[in-house]
Amino acid sequence: MSEAQIKNLEEMFEQRIANDEKIEPKDWMPEKYRKTHIRQISQHAHSEIIGMLPEGNWISRAPSLRRKVALLAKVQDEAGHGLYLYSACETLGISRDELYEQLHSGKAKYSSIFNYPTITWADIGAIGWLVDGAAIINQVPLCNTSYGPYARAMIRVCKEESFHQRQGYEIMMTLAKGTPEQKEMAQDALNRWWWPSMMMFGPTDDMSTHTEQSMKWKLKRKTNDELRQQFVDQTVPQADLLGLKMPDSDLKWNEEKGRYDFGEIDWDEFWQVVKGHGPCNKERMAARVNAWEEGEWVRDAAMEYAKKQEAKKLNKAV
Amino acid sequence: MENKDLVQYIYGIADNALILGQRLSELCGHGPNLETDIALTNISLDLFGQTRSYFQYAAQLLGEDKTEDDVAFLRTERQYKNVLLVEQPNTNFAYTIARQFLFDVFHLSLLENLQNSSDATLNAIAKKSIKEVSYHLRFSGDWVKRLGDGTEISKQKIQEAVNALWRYTDELFHLTEADKVAVEGRIGVDTSQLKDAYYEKVEELLQEATLTIPEEKYFQKGGKQGVHTEHMGYLLADMQYMQRAYPNMKW
Repeated sequence: MSEAQIKNLEEMFEQRIANDEKIEPKDWMPEKYRKTHIRQISQHAHSEIIGMLPEGNWISRAPSLRRKVALLAKVQDEAGHGLYLYSACETLGISRDELYEQLHSGKAKYSSIFNYPTITWADIGAIGWLVDGAAIINQVPLCNTSYGPYARAMIRVCKEESFHQRQGYEIMMTLAKGTPEQKEMAQDALNRWWWPSMMMFGPTDDMSTHTEQSMKWKLKRKTNDELRQQFVDQTVPQADLLGLKMPDSDLKWNEEKGRYDFGEIDWDEFWQVVKGHGPCNKERMAARVNAWEEGEWVRDAAMEYAKKQEAKKLNKAV
Repeated sequence: MENKDLVQYIYGIADNALILGQRLSELCGHGPNLETDIALTNISLDLFGQTRSYFQYAAQLLGEDKTEDDVAFLRTERQYKNVLLVEQPNTNFAYTIARQFLFDVFHLSLLENLQNSSDATLNAIAKKSIKEVSYHLRFSGDWVKRLGDGTEISKQKIQEAVNALWRYTDELFHLTEADKVAVEGRIGVDTSQLKDAYYEKVEELLQEATLTIPEEKYFQKGGKQGVHTEHMGYLLADMQYMQRAYPNMKW
């Protein structure tokens, strides 16, 4: 194909996106579009799978049968999200095994929030309320993103995430209304999860590299800072309702701007965790690699058995 | 039948669901692939759902404002009446599957009989659970076949797991005092009558999976009397942690 032809295709492609048409797997797409989408969708899928670990840490110790069942179902939902996001990613011409390989080798990233430890039951409430709350703000705009399979997966993901968020908030509410010990547990979890949740929106706009291109392809509709502001404005009144105090002495309502002002994020900590040196980066990766390696003989057996069954069927047919 | 006997009879059934559900829940997020992870979690969820139905009934029979959580979390080890089989650890995927299969065959036949119980609640729980447990058996049976007739390694691993767990199967058919009272009252199932059909079914599938039937002569028992293996204490310490560390709180 000549350069002029490619340029022409690219223009038509951008025009389709501008017209709000969906791009489907068999449509022509620029290589950069394909690569960017593989990167983002797989990062999202990996986050779901790694995200099972910190919450999974409390399934065996959940304080009541009702909470145990709800938590187990929630972590299972995350496995389901991983499954349909990996499938969406596979439509771009990469296999699930390759995607796992990228995760296990450290080449692919996942959301840094899951590198923090869950050390009390209240952390399960705080994750649902804050982490899922932040995730929803990040993800709702993706229901209208340009790549069809991703947009459709996100519609389902977002529905389930908002259910999880309500569940998390309800755990926090129960603790906040409980004994002084329970309330203290809730406050401690908020103190530890607030800033990492704020970091989920990524670097500030002036430091963010991908924004302009992502906006054009509708992988992004608002900037990191806009989304972060939305999260603060939405979450502070919820903390008030719980009777808990935000761990930010600079946080206050700005009457003039009609929004909350808040303190500075510790960007050194942010980069440290992104670069693999958070409290649990190594443990999370080790757990995934271990599950994958320990599972190899099981996957091999399933393949071998399927082959044998297929051969038997053929023999019968002959 | 007196309430206290009926409660004991319920423990004998429901504790199996609770403890096996707990064991499977430990695996959530660590499965050999996503599909299997999701399926094992589903089985765990079913078993906890059944547990809750039984325990809500038991709590009601116990009176004194008892709840399902008191029953689930606040008994001592000797008061749990599950069979030894279900408390055995997740040594590897082959053990998880063998344990599941050896229990599922029994569980399904128990429920098929329990649905004729003269006790309306147990009867209803059994009817609802049969569908779920038929699926569990299909899942575990299919995996026994895949592992048995898969690779050399998988065959060796599943054979080892079946051999190791075989000694816990005989206990499934022992009758406790509570069982005998329940059978007399036409509420409970005489599990000793299920034994022959059980081994027939299990052996048939093991053969199909190209596995050898273990020739174990010595069997272990005690779970039904609350005398458990050493694994049980750790499982309970984990499961009961919150209720023990923070007593009398709502969660």
